Amino acid sequence: MEPTDTSHPDYYHRVVDCQWACPAHTDVPEYIRLIAQGRFTDAYMVNRHSNVFPGILGRVCDRPCEPACRRGRIEQKPVAICRLKRVAADHRDDVSARLPQIPTAKNGKRIACIGAGCASLTVANDLMPLGYQVTIFEQYGEPGGLMRTNIPSFRLPAAVLNEEIAMISGMGVDLRLNTPVSSMRELLGSGGFDAVFVGSGAPKGKELKLPGREAAAANVHIGIAWLESVAFGHIDKVGKRVLIIGVGNTAMDCCRTSLRLGAESVKVMARKPRAFFKASAWELEDAEEESVQIVVNRSPKAFVLEGGRLSGMLFDRMEYDVDDAGRITAERVAGEEFLPADDVILAIGQENAFPWIERDLGIEFDKWDVPVIDKTTFQSTRAGVFFGGDAAFGPKNIIWAVEHGHQAAISIHRHCQGEPVAERLPPGMNLQSRKMGMHEWSYSNDYTPVERRLMPHVSIKERFKKLNIEVELGFTAEQVEQEVQRCLNCDVQTVFTAKLCIECDACIDICPVDCLTITHNGTESELRARLKAPAKNLAEPLYVSAALPQTARVMVKDEDLCVHCGLCAERCPTAAWDMQKSELKWPHAADEPRALPAQPAKKIA
Amino acid sequence: MTFIAKPKVAHPSLPRNTLGLTRRDYEGALSTLCAGCGHDSITASITEAIWGLSLEPQNVVKLSGIGCSSKTTAYFVSGGHGFNSVHGRMPSIAMGANAANRDLTYIGVSGDGDTLSIGLGQFCHAIRRNLDMLYIIENNGVYGLTKGQFSASADIGTKAKKGETNVQPPIDPVLLAMTLGASFVARSFSGDKAQLVPLIQAGLKHRGFALIDVLSPCVTFNDHEGSTKSYAYTREHYEPAVHADFVPLEREISVDYRAGETVPVVMHDGSRILLRKLDAAYDPTNRVSAAQQIQERMRAGEYLTGLLFVDENAQHEFHQVNSTPAAPLNSIPYEALSPGSQGLEKILARYR
Repeated sequence: MEPTDTSHPDYYHRVVDCQWACPAHTDVPEYIRLIAQGRFTDAYMVNRHSNVFPGILGRVCDRPCEPACRRGRIEQKPVAICRLKRVAADHRDDVSARLPQIPTAKNGKRIACIGAGCASLTVANDLMPLGYQVTIFEQYGEPGGLMRTNIPSFRLPAAVLNEEIAMISGMGVDLRLNTPVSSMRELLGSGGFDAVFVGSGAPKGKELKLPGREAAAANVHIGIAWLESVAFGHIDKVGKRVLIIGVGNTAMDCCRTSLRLGAESVKVMARKPRAFFKASAWELEDAEEESVQIVVNRSPKAFVLEGGRLSGMLFDRMEYDVDDAGRITAERVAGEEFLPADDVILAIGQENAFPWIERDLGIEFDKWDVPVIDKTTFQSTRAGVFFGGDAAFGPKNIIWAVEHGHQAAISIHRHCQGEPVAERLPPGMNLQSRKMGMHEWSYSNDYTPVERRLMPHVSIKERFKKLNIEVELGFTAEQVEQEVQRCLNCDVQTVFTAKLCIECDACIDICPVDCLTITHNGTESELRARLKAPAKNLAEPLYVSAALPQTARVMVKDEDLCVHCGLCAERCPTAAWDMQKSELKWPHAADEPRALPAQPAKKIA
Repeated sequence: MTFIAKPKVAHPSLPRNTLGLTRRDYEGALSTLCAGCGHDSITASITEAIWGLSLEPQNVVKLSGIGCSSKTTAYFVSGGHGFNSVHGRMPSIAMGANAANRDLTYIGVSGDGDTLSIGLGQFCHAIRRNLDMLYIIENNGVYGLTKGQFSASADIGTKAKKGETNVQPPIDPVLLAMTLGASFVARSFSGDKAQLVPLIQAGLKHRGFALIDVLSPCVTFNDHEGSTKSYAYTREHYEPAVHADFVPLEREISVDYRAGETVPVVMHDGSRILLRKLDAAYDPTNRVSAAQQIQERMRAGEYLTGLLFVDENAQHEFHQVNSTPAAPLNSIPYEALSPGSQGLEKILARYR
């Protein structure tokens, strides 16, 4: 293999599995260390820099970081990253003084954002400090978009939502509530805006066209619309027996909301076996803890009415053949089943929909009626019109929408400055040694065998008393103290300098997880097989050094299971190994040249 | 010296031996030697070798004298028995222990100072008695624990860290052991585990005294330009003559070997060593020619390494010579061991 090019920012970025998996590249190990030091406000600000809504995401993030976490490969359970984010948000001090300064002198450019959800708010968050004037049009009377309408308040309290939105609206955003945009032509034609950002989400719940649907309409609800009505208080009760169709995260919110609106028996109906569920494992767990029954292998067939009113649903009982790789190879119907119900809620997916965008404006839509958006710049086929969040590529989640917002903000800035939107700053990487003295390292590298802490919940009895009782209580001080130590500090990198190595084997002998080998070079697949411990996880890169001075062999490191304990560097007599903190520089709009309005030159006395 | 504890966490797919134990189960305390010390690599090789032989930790006896090398018995097989003896007197302790319980596996770790200076007499007599043990010399040519004075194995012309040149001739433990009749003599290098691990396994299985002289650079006092025992010098001047692969009893010989190049040697328990000659002219079963070649190469400034001499048919192992019973003496009941007053009378009568 060729020597690994560690100067490319991707190399060390990738070693930090959580940060690599996070769409917004949140510096997770850094904020966990800050929490460990009790610096909650600093931890919050590190989060806010990347993900803008730490309090919200600390509760309801989809957590792509956690399945990626290296700790999960070492002892099954990853670090409770999301829970720790909430710790930072819950225990921080007032951060208003640390929010970006908003220049009073504006740069003269005006931006329209459509929909006051996480994507548009992120665009405003990034552009307001640069002197832009941002107007957000919101159809409802409160900002927040999906975060407010589709996430029940027992998971995300309104106070948390309001506070983090206010940090952005407080920058001087022109937030126009109850102002739906009904025509893109009009908006563009008004001439009042230099760029338009569409962050209107994926507001259309999928329909289930089956016999009886129209006749039973009074008791058949579209999940996201129903949650929205609950959020705004238009719906405050539901029947005793409720069936939820679909088993994604919206279904989980629907079933748990039903229980709080008076339902006594709630069943979530899944077409396929459990391995194919879309809902996050923890959301399933939380629903089942509340005695929601999840019924697998039932395919909806018809809505059944009695006396003109919904009485239940008919399902096909499905059987599947699954191959060794876990794929379904065949399916058949093995019979029918009727389940009584007073209400049925459909949670089988949602899509973006743009009835208000005229199709002759140069904004192209593809054959599925989805706008054609550049995946890097988020620009549509019409220059100056950008999309982000669920509106761009269909339903994803909050953290993706935030990153879309960051990227779109860069594009909008470049567009407004008359620069090509596709030419963007590359990411950067800083490395700084953690060595403090002979045996001192400025990070806590003791491996703690403690297991993942469990989130304490409000008692089952207590939580149903009101719709908005937050179920998760947040970690206790003791839990925080233990959980932070589970983080392996993957961003404190093992950095190797081949020319210093005397091949004494000290690092290889001491490595607790056998991730180092000195051997003659070879091809990757062949090398992976003959390391001290075979490197079977192909998703994790191998580090291969330049030829070593004495024997021309190479140092190979399998990054997969390194616990970043620093023993290789501690035992190295020549400091060929060093522990260096990597810091990713992920560019935002503020990093662009000429990002800030010209300041009058300071007089030097 | 390291202050960070080695985490208990291990690679999840670490292989297990026939006892179901991983290499980590054969570790000891964390080394307090200098970072980069060759001795730590030898410790890792010993750990690997003992794990590979599936020895039960409680059946391993670790013995040592005084010196950096002698500290290392604490760093492997923490479940074994250990004895840190007086300087240079490790062979006596090993002798006593082995006399009392021949069933255990004895491994002595010593240094060039402990073996070739203060303990030279003990060393020679352990070889003469053909005590059943593996004796490892961690040989770095200096007294590391007392700040790097030349030891008895320092080569003529080698330079100390401060520049003095050694003028006294070295004592070579390999040649010494050959002349004293040792039946298993090997030399290796701490930086070559592929060679060292099977040698340790073969040495542990050899019945009688097995010596492995391991070149083990002192990273603090003897790893500079001008030293003949530095990492760089050793790598340049080390000539593997015979590679020994150890094949345990339970494994069939599957290595493809061509007659003439590879010689299988059957050990007393039925396991085998496969000797692969890397130097066609070298015969590791001929004591006289082997000793001659070792000397010739040494004069040329090269360290001949590998299993330099082996004689599995030697019949003078201590217990054999003394016709001791097959059961360890410490397992024989007192009544059977003690002749009683009548028996003692009979014995004494023989001398009257």
